[in-house]
Amino acid sequence: MFKPAFRLFSNPRQSSVVGRLTRMNMLVSAAALVTACAAFFGYDLASFRTAIVEGLSTQAQIAASNTVTALLFNDPQSAVNTLAALKVSPSIVYSGILLPDGRVFAEYRQRAGTVRPQFPAMPPAQAEAHWLGHNRAVLAHAIVFQGRRLGTIWIESDLDRVNNRLKHYAGIAGIVLIGSLLAALLVAPIFQGAIAAPIVALARTAQEISRSKDYSARAAPRQSEGEISVLVESFNEMLAQIQSRDAELRQAHGEMERRVLERTAELGAANKELEAFSYSVSHDLRAPLRQIDGFSAILMDQCAAELSPDARRYLQRVRDRAHHMGHLVDDLLSMGRIGRQEVRRRDTDINELISGIQSDLAPECEGRRIEWRIANLPQISCDPGLAKIVFMNLLSNALKYSRDREVAVIEVGHLAGENAPVFFVRDNGAGFDMRYADKLFGVFQRLHRSDEFEGTGVGLATVQRVVQKHGGHIWAEAQLEKGATFFFTFTPGRPRAKEDSKIPAVEVLREA
Amino acid sequence: MKPDPVELLYVEDDDADLELTMIALERGRLLNAIHVARDGVEALDFLFCRGAHSGRSFSVPKLVLLDLKLPKIDGIQVLRAIRQDPRTAVLPVVVLTSSREQKDVIETYQLGVNSYIQKPVDFTKFQETVRQLGFYWLVVNEPPPAAAAHQE
Repeated sequence: MFKPAFRLFSNPRQSSVVGRLTRMNMLVSAAALVTACAAFFGYDLASFRTAIVEGLSTQAQIAASNTVTALLFNDPQSAVNTLAALKVSPSIVYSGILLPDGRVFAEYRQRAGTVRPQFPAMPPAQAEAHWLGHNRAVLAHAIVFQGRRLGTIWIESDLDRVNNRLKHYAGIAGIVLIGSLLAALLVAPIFQGAIAAPIVALARTAQEISRSKDYSARAAPRQSEGEISVLVESFNEMLAQIQSRDAELRQAHGEMERRVLERTAELGAANKELEAFSYSVSHDLRAPLRQIDGFSAILMDQCAAELSPDARRYLQRVRDRAHHMGHLVDDLLSMGRIGRQEVRRRDTDINELISGIQSDLAPECEGRRIEWRIANLPQISCDPGLAKIVFMNLLSNALKYSRDREVAVIEVGHLAGENAPVFFVRDNGAGFDMRYADKLFGVFQRLHRSDEFEGTGVGLATVQRVVQKHGGHIWAEAQLEKGATFFFTFTPGRPRAKEDSKIPAVEVLREA
Repeated sequence: MKPDPVELLYVEDDDADLELTMIALERGRLLNAIHVARDGVEALDFLFCRGAHSGRSFSVPKLVLLDLKLPKIDGIQVLRAIRQDPRTAVLPVVVLTSSREQKDVIETYQLGVNSYIQKPVDFTKFQETVRQLGFYWLVVNEPPPAAAAHQE
């Protein structure tokens, strides 16, 4: 767990906590040591200097009292002898007695070449004064006899001892400083281990988890109490929460997927059943109808002579109803087929589509006056086969319901909707009562009696299926005996009219 | 039994449909040399001279008129068996059935059917359809020569 100190600096990003702690430790120890040394040093220096001055003063006083006689009797040789006694003190380099008139009465030099120092001016009222220079201390003491000032004794001492002592001091302080810093550097990581290592370990775990996304991993728990173990515990708890949520999410996801699969399977089964049903209907329901019609026809042909006119009429009714049911079955099957069909969109030319339908409808137009008003229609994205079913149904309806008009007017156009064109097919035919508009698109729902207009009631239901399969909408507007208009889109989204367009504000009947 | 070779093999299980078709064929004067099989097994037995028809000397009809919904072996299986046998691989087969379910239409064409006709509900139309197809395949159309079949 404990890393060597030098590695703490090798990767500043990873080990910044450890590095910072070490640097801080060393800085603090160094500052404390330097401050302590400076304080000791200063104090020692001051007290040492005081001791030197006191020593000089004592010696000056002794010399002064021993030279009073020599001064009184003007015996410089005696004074010189007295001063010579100062040589026992190796630091005293010069001593001299000056008479009040400034003449030198007697001198002592430690070495022959010692230059007499410049005597600073002595304050007159003072018995003693001293000056401390960089490496010299000078002391002056007045020689007084019975109140009369006989002269002044000067002593100059070098400060070599002080300076040597200072050097020793500095050396020791330096050694202590370096030693203690080294000790701090070596010892620091051991103490830091307790703080930094868990944080570094936690950071590594977090990094590893965010990389591997393995939320089952945990940070190593701490024995000790305190914030770090709280941090580690909280971190682990957080991971546990993430892990359990992850598991819940996965379970929910799995559940959802299972349900989707189930539903898909159910839907698939239902679809299969429906397909089987319609297959069976197309085979088994049409056959008896054909046979009913067939034998009725043969009866009418072969036994014509034996049948009364009523009997012939009844047989004809049987045949008509069989034909009608045949159409019903066919329409239903086709609606089922369209319902199961996938929408395959591509760009489709609606005008081309309509001219194809017009030629398909040509037989029904024979002998009629029809005015076609086909606008220039936009190309749209839709399933062309399915779109054809829509236009085919609407146009053949328009033809059918306008057949009583002298001139049938059938119009196909479009309005600029906000998100897509809204197509419309309009006729001037029988129309319908808007009160029954909600029944318009229901299967088998008819708004006309079949002796007025034949039909199965499947066509518009199929049209609505196709439009809805495209995500579009269909609605209608009509007036009895004035005609009907069917509006529809092939684009997902509710049709919204532009401000200036003429989309009528009728109830959208797509839910019908 | 007259050694009159069969020109039309008609496979139909529904007796009412059978009767109506026979009437339609009769009215179209196409009744000669028809053999009727009532299910898929019988149809294949007849074609390949097996079972009840093991005594028949092998000959290929001009046309097989095939219903799809049949007991035992259905029409699609019969068609597959016909196409798989080299002797009948090019024999004209026309499906005549009630439905026009897309999967039937696709499957039979993929198996090589020559025509697919849905029986109209309207007997007048049905009669006309049968007359046309009988006339076309039995009279107008030139059937593949026997040599073509054996070369397969």
